[in-house]
Amino acid sequence: MIRMIKRGKMSKRKSVVIRLLAVIFALVIFAILIRVMDLNPLDVYVALVKGAFGSVYRIREVIIKSTALVITSLGIAIAFKMQFWNIGGEGQIFMGAFAASYIALNYPELPKPLLLTLMIIAGMIGGGLWALIPAFFKAQWKTNETIMTLMMNYIALKWVMYLQYGPWKDPMALGFPKIANFSANAILPKVFGIHIGWIFALLLVVLVSVFFNHSKKGYEITVLGESENTALYAGIDIKKTILVAMFISGALCGLTGMIQASALNNTLSIDVSGGLGFTAIITTWLAFLKPFFILIVSILFAALLQGGSFIQTAFGIPQAAAELLQGMILFFVLASEFFIRYKLVMNRHQVANEKKGDN
Amino acid sequence: MKKRLGLILGILMVMVFAVVGCGADKSTPTPKKPVDDKPQVKAGFVYIGPVGDGGWTEAHDNGRKYLEDKLGIETVYNENVPESSDCEKVINDMIDQGCNVIFATSFGFMDYVEKAANNHPDVKFLHCSGYKMSDNMGVYFGRMYEPRYLSGIVAGMKTKTNKIGYVAAFEIPEVLRGINAFTMGVRSVNPEATVSVKWTHTWIDAVRAKEAAKALLDENCDILAQHQDAPGPQVAAEEKGVWSVGYNMDMTAIAPKAHMTSPVWNWGPYYVEQVQAIMDGTWESESYWGGIKEGIVDLSVLTENAPEGAKEAVENAKAKILSGENKIWTGPIKDNTGELKVEDGVTLTDEQLTSLDFNWLVEGVIGKVES
Repeated sequence: MIRMIKRGKMSKRKSVVIRLLAVIFALVIFAILIRVMDLNPLDVYVALVKGAFGSVYRIREVIIKSTALVITSLGIAIAFKMQFWNIGGEGQIFMGAFAASYIALNYPELPKPLLLTLMIIAGMIGGGLWALIPAFFKAQWKTNETIMTLMMNYIALKWVMYLQYGPWKDPMALGFPKIANFSANAILPKVFGIHIGWIFALLLVVLVSVFFNHSKKGYEITVLGESENTALYAGIDIKKTILVAMFISGALCGLTGMIQASALNNTLSIDVSGGLGFTAIITTWLAFLKPFFILIVSILFAALLQGGSFIQTAFGIPQAAAELLQGMILFFVLASEFFIRYKLVMNRHQVANEKKGDN
Repeated sequence: MKKRLGLILGILMVMVFAVVGCGADKSTPTPKKPVDDKPQVKAGFVYIGPVGDGGWTEAHDNGRKYLEDKLGIETVYNENVPESSDCEKVINDMIDQGCNVIFATSFGFMDYVEKAANNHPDVKFLHCSGYKMSDNMGVYFGRMYEPRYLSGIVAGMKTKTNKIGYVAAFEIPEVLRGINAFTMGVRSVNPEATVSVKWTHTWIDAVRAKEAAKALLDENCDILAQHQDAPGPQVAAEEKGVWSVGYNMDMTAIAPKAHMTSPVWNWGPYYVEQVQAIMDGTWESESYWGGIKEGIVDLSVLTENAPEGAKEAVENAKAKILSGENKIWTGPIKDNTGELKVEDGVTLTDEQLTSLDFNWLVEGVIGKVES
């Protein structure tokens, strides 16, 4: 009989080794797949790295992708820290993009600094309010936030779809369902050739880190996440903490939405997020909810995406196959979390031994 | 524990060497060299769907392969590219990888191609089916309405219920031209028949295409035509045991018992001509709109599912289109609310056919343009 038992505390070194092994496993298995496609795996992996960091342009693209991942992950981390499983990042991105677009489309002639500031505020409020709905239900009636935030993603998506195909459809697009492009004033400026969002991302990493470690609210969120009873005894206002934390969480996702719409798409569309809200859950989780880790994991993940897209064009690998690598790495790393927490043993005798002799 | 770890690492290393080792003899595919000393061209193709979609994107990809074969130049492609800023990113990636000619093959790529064209004046852009142009951005398309009209003749002769279904993507002039020409073809041989339109608002979502197809079949349509990238409606017709008219490529293999014929694209020669002109230094951005005569569009060979006499009828009509006797858009043409849209003896110009005002459905179509 195979049984699993919980491990004791594992040493840091050992857990790092297991995670690295997981990545190597994924690379080896993907290498076999590349061989089947009659390509040399080593060439493909070299190209993957070159594709992500091989030129100034590519590094810029990695930074653009990681910017969105970092900000969204920070937002999600705030909710996760409280053990509030916010799967609604995608919807909050949409609502943030929607609110920012409302300003951009209705006041296109405002001076650039004013217009962009208003769009940022609107985007954050849009995402924040959208996140406040499940937070309110959770605080008031203890509803299941995972399901609720997940389902609200689809409402947000359909709302944007409705606007794109209906009231906001650009009459000049020959009937094609697209929303009119923003005016030049509504587009975020570039710093060193990359839209200014990357500076926001870096600032937010520091801010959220300070918020977690050195602020009262941040501490309350952590305590509430550890145990609701402790929070009660400590006299923390649980409802208020849930509402505040979720508003900030949604506001950060909403900011991502504003950045995506303004800097990259120059308009609102159903493709404005491209699944960022879901990808960010993964990066948040892999980074143990720690802001500086989020920065690193997001950059690595963005490099994987950029390199993946590079090998797709460079070697004519089908898109699905290139994305398999990302899937495999995630699968193995997440699976390794299991092996860090549990171990498999073959029989009772061994169980007894392990209980005595482990650590 | 240490021993076990060592063992795992050892096995892994052996696996890595085995995989890499047997791969080492085959190096990466070296790009084909140009046949002569003309300026080197590397062409990138941006596709909205997968290259194996059995329709729109596959037809373009066949054109890309033809181009590689004929001119020996290097090409790359990227599939499943969304009509969002991702499109611009894919184009920038391709230019970063040395492409100096970009073919973007979906209408919704237009604004992103325009942006990339402004940022890269040295690169030549060709955008399929759009209307925005600049010095380094040309547009190209085909008079698909000609073979659509011919396929309508086949459908009109075949239908028994006199109800034909049409699974359509978006309410844009390109699709409306197709529906209207098809319907006029149908009614040129069968004035009783009607064409029911269902909008899917997607080029590529096979599930939505099939749902729309099923809804049309439930309305007693016995022939399905489509303006979708992939052959979902063909499958629906085959399953129901009725007939179908395809699009993009000959779709006989997908629905052998249903498929009668398809209006098809033949992009290869156009791609060769354009790239050749770029290599010769004679290229100028243009708005290309070829028809059956130029060979960029045609009707695929009629299968045995097609009705008797259809072959002759199609050949006659085709001869009239080629000779210019039948321009298809010559009045009187009424829309499906009874309003006279084209006066007797007047023929719509290319500008009118591609303009904002071309937003009506011809008499005989059941459906409406939402705007």
